[in-house]
Amino acid sequence: MAKHHIEAIVNGDPVEFLCDTEETLLDVLRDTLNLTGSKEGCASGDCGACSVTLDGRLVCSCLVLGCEVGGRRIETIEGMAEGERLHPLQQRFLEHAALQCGICTPGFLVASKALLERTPEPTEHEIRYWLAGNLCRCTGYDKIVSAVKDAAATMRKG
Amino acid sequence: MAENGTNGTNGRGYVGTRTIRPDGVDKVTGRARFGADFNLPGQLIGRVLRSPHPHARIVSIDTSRAEALPGVKAVITRDDFADQPSEFIPAGEMMMNYKDVVRNVLAREKALYEGHAVAAVAATSAAIARRALKLIDVKYEVLPHVIDVVEAMKPDAPLLHDDLFTVGVEPKPDKPSNVAKRVEITLGDIEAGFKKADIVVEREFKTAPVHQGYIEPHAALASVSEDGSTELWCCTQGHFIVRAHCARLLGLDIGKIRVTASEIGGGFGGKTVVYLEPLAIALSRKTKRPVKMVMSREEVFKASGPTSGATVRVKMGATKDGKFVAGFAELKYQAGAFQGSPVQPGVMCAYAPYDIENVKVIGYDVVSNRPKVAAYRAPGAPISEFAVESVVDEIAKKLKLDPIELRMMNAAREGTKAAYGPKFGPIGLEETLNSIKKTEHWNTPLRKWQGRGVASGFWFNIGGETCASLTINEDGSVSLMVGTPDIGGLRASLTNVAADELGIPYEKVRPIIGDTGSLGFTFLTGGSRSAFSGSMAIVEAAKQIKAELCARAAKLWELKPDQVEFANGSVRALGAAAEKFKPMSIADFAKIAGKTGGPIGGYGRINAQGAGPSLGTHLVDLEVDPETGRVTILRYTVAQDAGRALHPAYVEGQFQGGAVQGIGWALNEEYIYGEDGKLQNAGFLDYRMPVASDVPMIDAILVEVANPKHPYGVRGVGETPIVPPLGAIANAMEQATGIRFTELPMSPPKVLKALKEKGANGKT
Amino acid sequence: MARVVLIGNLAQLTGGVAEFNISATSIKQLYDRLTELYPELGPHLEEGVAVAIDGQIYQETLLQPIDPDSEVFILPQIAGG
Repeated sequence: MAKHHIEAIVNGDPVEFLCDTEETLLDVLRDTLNLTGSKEGCASGDCGACSVTLDGRLVCSCLVLGCEVGGRRIETIEGMAEGERLHPLQQRFLEHAALQCGICTPGFLVASKALLERTPEPTEHEIRYWLAGNLCRCTGYDKIVSAVKDAAATMRKG
Repeated sequence: MAENGTNGTNGRGYVGTRTIRPDGVDKVTGRARFGADFNLPGQLIGRVLRSPHPHARIVSIDTSRAEALPGVKAVITRDDFADQPSEFIPAGEMMMNYKDVVRNVLAREKALYEGHAVAAVAATSAAIARRALKLIDVKYEVLPHVIDVVEAMKPDAPLLHDDLFTVGVEPKPDKPSNVAKRVEITLGDIEAGFKKADIVVEREFKTAPVHQGYIEPHAALASVSEDGSTELWCCTQGHFIVRAHCARLLGLDIGKIRVTASEIGGGFGGKTVVYLEPLAIALSRKTKRPVKMVMSREEVFKASGPTSGATVRVKMGATKDGKFVAGFAELKYQAGAFQGSPVQPGVMCAYAPYDIENVKVIGYDVVSNRPKVAAYRAPGAPISEFAVESVVDEIAKKLKLDPIELRMMNAAREGTKAAYGPKFGPIGLEETLNSIKKTEHWNTPLRKWQGRGVASGFWFNIGGETCASLTINEDGSVSLMVGTPDIGGLRASLTNVAADELGIPYEKVRPIIGDTGSLGFTFLTGGSRSAFSGSMAIVEAAKQIKAELCARAAKLWELKPDQVEFANGSVRALGAAAEKFKPMSIADFAKIAGKTGGPIGGYGRINAQGAGPSLGTHLVDLEVDPETGRVTILRYTVAQDAGRALHPAYVEGQFQGGAVQGIGWALNEEYIYGEDGKLQNAGFLDYRMPVASDVPMIDAILVEVANPKHPYGVRGVGETPIVPPLGAIANAMEQATGIRFTELPMSPPKVLKALKEKGANGKT
Repeated sequence: MARVVLIGNLAQLTGGVAEFNISATSIKQLYDRLTELYPELGPHLEEGVAVAIDGQIYQETLLQPIDPDSEVFILPQIAGG
């Protein structure tokens, strides 16, 4: 079976790649484009470690096929910082110690960014339910919630 | 040369502050490389064929069709691993026998659990590897299986090993069984104790196996050269342990294997053993190409080691004033397919928080057809302490005593004789109880269907062999290299210590985790030991550097050794000589290091002793929905003794993370097996761990009762937090529903069923 | 003479005797003396036990000194997770 030839935009850059039908977007990002920041925790869309945005929509890249993303815009953790400047979420995660092992952190950052783009002033309840698709086994979520709240406040100040 | 203290009093004072972890930027940008993030040119992909049967004799394995598939470069089976004689590995309470380890890595005579590795292939792509597995023909003779621990102990239960004779019983049995070991500890006279009791409470409890639940599946990449030199990258809590196991299993010199620990995405004890690593090395050795292997989530659940499911009976006696006079318990723990459950520490920890004159705890280590148990955060203790804390709560209720007061009355203190023998040094249980009592949480009123529960917990903590090197670079910056993988912020804590010890800015210290070729043997990250031991090794390394700097200064200034002193990052002359010579900083020495003898560094190589136990008390409010059986955690407070928090945020993080794992264990997590012995919930959807919307903020109270045996007073903290939640939540459930739940998890179907039964009995 | 107590199953190898008075100045000496008295204990002491001396638990350390009036417990080893 011939591979698919796909062109897309990843973190603002045009990319082109070949992929098998069964390869997920996560496989393509990690194995073909060498963007290993998105992680595979379950391959079934239950842990959120592979979170990316697709045309601005938060998705689990393990549930998207590589051959589905032709002509579309993908944003991953690797595109979150701007040059040397960390995104406020990244900065607050560090300050609040909102990560321990760090494997879930890219997923949480991508998901949190998507939340704050829709809801600039989320309540704790909104944060927890939005992030319910991201599993963390180390932190118990407390410092993650604090970091997101703090980043939201920072971003509102502009 | 005057000696400066090692409690940071003359440093910049980073210890105890919330510095930004040095490895943090890589982690928030996706740059950090975890186990599956490494690749080598020309690498093959390895995959494992696993038994579909929970118990079967392996009659034959025919790999010829798989080997013939284009793209398959090697297939390995039991024939590729030499058998290992029976020999226990001194590795703590989870006693492993090499004979069992080689069989867990690849099955030999029998498949002993669904998911047991039977063969492995290396191919040019994952797709070809998967296809090759289907072409391996294994003839199984399916055998009856047994999973539940009580069932496995019955005389007519299916037998897993015909050479397993129970150790620890007299007379020695002449028939094999599934009971590997019986253990017991005794203090005082238990019968006399019960005679003194005004009330006696006896209960039986049941818990299910739960998985450590690390988000990162096991991953390894091995590369073996033509001369047998092996490089291995893997996510592990102990790369020196991995090296030792692989050397033994593959018949290699330890020095020929170099293991690099990648960043690790969670372990909690589950990544202290080998699964893929020996397979990847064996495949690479056969193909002379790098081989990369990563487990799927399903494989993690089916083939790596969850903790024991257990049946526990507890009987306690107390006077009417609340003094505990007798504590009995009988623990039956699943070991999985091979012996080695954590029943021994379960036995030792059961009554550890309390001062009781008469104690008898018996434990059984029982094999059954499920994956071999691996360590899980305070192994064995959450189960036994859950049972005891539940009974303590019942005693409080029966005697109409406040549950915190009751625990305070019986709390172990400095000088209390532990049930497992020695007297305690200074410990902080009382302080944690007092902290909880003073919280606004404890004093907030509750409503109907809400309940409040409190429970305490204990874990030993360990030290162990640890190496750390400090090297002064030419510009005065410092490279810190330590042998314990960083599971959750260790580098931040150790950098605080190194900066204070040397009196230099935090940013000048760059920490890395050294590979096995760069440092002496370092025991794994576990046992709540890495900050405790790592900081001691750094103190030792810093001592050597300070001595070296003083010696060089004395020579440069032509003074006697006792006329110079290191303080606040510099060496200065003392007395009259102080006028003549300006102090020299570490950076000053670094500039002339070559000219004054060579590069400056210190190498701490220790076997850290003096670990002190960490005790904690948890408080939880919850609400039960009587229509759905769902339990909502409303409020949670942790108070735990850290001795001295090198980095408060990461200590709080351990408290919060452990508490939430305990919440999952208490309310929802369990391995669900069908009648066919197969795991029905091998994924995150149905193996339901807590998500952010399941839990509230977790208040963390840092108690600090210094450990006198550590230069900074540190106690390990990582494991204790998972011990109290099970009892605290069960106690809160009792208050909310009037029902004493004795079976975990207290999941919605179980809660609903219990509520219905209670309603049917006419009580509301 | 240090007072030495065996905890757990080890007493089964000494015919049930769990308490001893032994003259030993280090953990190594203690192990040697115990093994002289009860040869079956030897491999278990080597395999891995913990030793508590006056309340402080030591693991895997032969050279730790024992005082003449110390209270010593030989315990199962602990690692953790």
